[in-house]
Amino acid sequence: MSNLIAQHPILIVSLVKIAVLMFIALTTLAYLTWFERKVVAHIQSRWGPYRTGPHGLLQPLADGLKFLFKEDPAPAGADRFVYFLAPFLALSLALTSLAVIPFGPKEIVILGHKTPLAIADLNIGLLVLFAITSLGVYGVALAGWSSNSKYPLLGGLRSSAQMVSYELTLTMSVVGVLLLAGSFNLREIIESQAGAHWWIFPRWNIFAGSFPQVIGFFCFFTAAIAETNRLPFDLAEAESELVAGFHTEYASFKFAMFFMAEYASMITVSCLATILFFGGWLSPFGQSNAWGWTHFLPTVLFGLAGLYLIWDGIRYETVFGKVVLPFLGIVLFALAVLFTFPGVNDFVQGPFWFLLKVLTFLFIYVWLRGTLPRFRYDQLMAVGWKLLLPLSIANVVLTSLAIVRFSR
Amino acid sequence: MAAQSQFLITGSVILSALLFGLGVVAFVFKRNIITVFMSIELMLNAVNLAFVAFSRAWGKLDGQLFVFFVIVVAAAEAAVGLAIIILIARNRQSLNVERVDSLKL
Amino acid sequence: MTGPVIVFFALAALALGGAVSLILRRHPIHSALSLIVVMVALAGLYLLLGAEFVAAVQVIVYGGAIMVLFVFVIMLLNAGIEERTNLSRMAGLVGLPLGFFLTMQLVYWVAHSESQMNAAGIAAGGSAASTRDLAVLLFRDFVFPFELTSFLILIAIIAALVLAQKES
Repeated sequence: MSNLIAQHPILIVSLVKIAVLMFIALTTLAYLTWFERKVVAHIQSRWGPYRTGPHGLLQPLADGLKFLFKEDPAPAGADRFVYFLAPFLALSLALTSLAVIPFGPKEIVILGHKTPLAIADLNIGLLVLFAITSLGVYGVALAGWSSNSKYPLLGGLRSSAQMVSYELTLTMSVVGVLLLAGSFNLREIIESQAGAHWWIFPRWNIFAGSFPQVIGFFCFFTAAIAETNRLPFDLAEAESELVAGFHTEYASFKFAMFFMAEYASMITVSCLATILFFGGWLSPFGQSNAWGWTHFLPTVLFGLAGLYLIWDGIRYETVFGKVVLPFLGIVLFALAVLFTFPGVNDFVQGPFWFLLKVLTFLFIYVWLRGTLPRFRYDQLMAVGWKLLLPLSIANVVLTSLAIVRFSR
Repeated sequence: MAAQSQFLITGSVILSALLFGLGVVAFVFKRNIITVFMSIELMLNAVNLAFVAFSRAWGKLDGQLFVFFVIVVAAAEAAVGLAIIILIARNRQSLNVERVDSLKL
Repeated sequence: MTGPVIVFFALAALALGGAVSLILRRHPIHSALSLIVVMVALAGLYLLLGAEFVAAVQVIVYGGAIMVLFVFVIMLLNAGIEERTNLSRMAGLVGLPLGFFLTMQLVYWVAHSESQMNAAGIAAGGSAASTRDLAVLLFRDFVFPFELTSFLILIAIIAALVLAQKES
């Protein structure tokens, strides 16, 4: 066994990292659905899932079991191979794009081998992400076509045309960041945003020295919402429009795969937005000794969350909640105590800030879904081609002018 | 190491020739216009592979650069060609190559 | 049988399988899917040969844009299963042996020129090409073809727009 590890260290270590990341990603996906339902419900002045487990925390499990046990028909006359291929393609591509994202600066030691906190640290990491996004159009188009029915075909064609159009804006809006960072490597892009202006303002790309990438961020985030087919750009899959768009004829597990693919792309795009524009795993506070107290922010946050859960759990209605919630609270509090140890504290800084920013973007995604109305399809395409694409090209021109002017 | 890259280059070059031949066979054999067009793309891809392999063999980057131009030209050709195919389908109501032979003797 | 050699054989088998499937499948959408498989396999081969930027561009442009266009057109025109006509049978009878002959000729001459290059002692390139070197080459030595291709794309856009308009 150790012989196998010694001969192919990179392979075994990568497999371990993939297993861990898959576990974390799939659990996060499941609880992202819970998060979305709760937040949208509270925006709409209601409670959301509350009965299945304390505060509805077992709702994803219930949904998963439902999807497993439902009947899984295929429509008559559907092209079997493509019908089964489409959701599989969508989900596998969405999960693969998580492989190039770096979660923290420090290297960890797995099975005696030092390795960075990303599955693959590629020199063309950003390009690989865009390549996977480009291939993601096929999941939607093939799903719509293979269902052998009017509404899915129309929904699939519209949805894939929308995705292809907004892909242009997505890639163009990132070019400003690339010009500032000088590399496609995601880790190097984050490292080029280290440091701070005037010791207070962090040097993230959105406040960057030569040209703040505000237009770039705006175009990128809007294009990303359109890419992932979320409100306000989800005409192709909305319930009141084309029945359910390209996934009308899909039931149970295949529908769940499309659902998971959408949330996985949401997570990927939020990670990209933090890496490219908001400094990835860099803390917003400076690195000098005066800001040393910020190293204990993870501890404080986890401790407060743990205490709140314990207090809320003790007052909860059901017996199950009275047992589970305080237990979760104690786990969080124990983690908070664990983070005070110096070694763990150093290690946890990067991933903590990264995950905090990603959660903020996911919250913004869900917030937009609960608040904004839908775009009509022609308005959607007009915005994509006539507003966002020229804006992102203008961003490229202005950024390069600013770099030439202010960096020489 | 050099032997390994030598093997890769030779293998890629032979694979490129095989793919080109398969593209020619598809071009001659298939009756649907769109499939015939796709076989042209297959031939272009085979040529791209040969370019990259020889660029690696020479140690220069000109071959890879030429792949860019081939991809761009293929994109432009695909756009215009598919527009023409849509017009043909509209006018002849068929996608069979044999129905589009009014220029033949 | 080291790692890269195994990966090369796997990718080559995938590419050849995709190309054969392009010929053998009756429905255009299956042929399109096979061609996408070929393109992704070729992108993997470019990575093996040290051309990382070209591999990414191949997947983004060829696999993610051009083939999407093909799939759209197949869906819009509702292309059905191909028929086997007399002409295609004759083409197969005569064309297949000739195609085989052409392929063997190509393989021979291409391998021959490659071995001649080897004998002449031209050194194979070592590490992966960096994007910076490609960019320098593109924007200094090849800037004129670059501008010409942008012009070509503009012409293609206008042509496609005009050709695909509705009769008015």
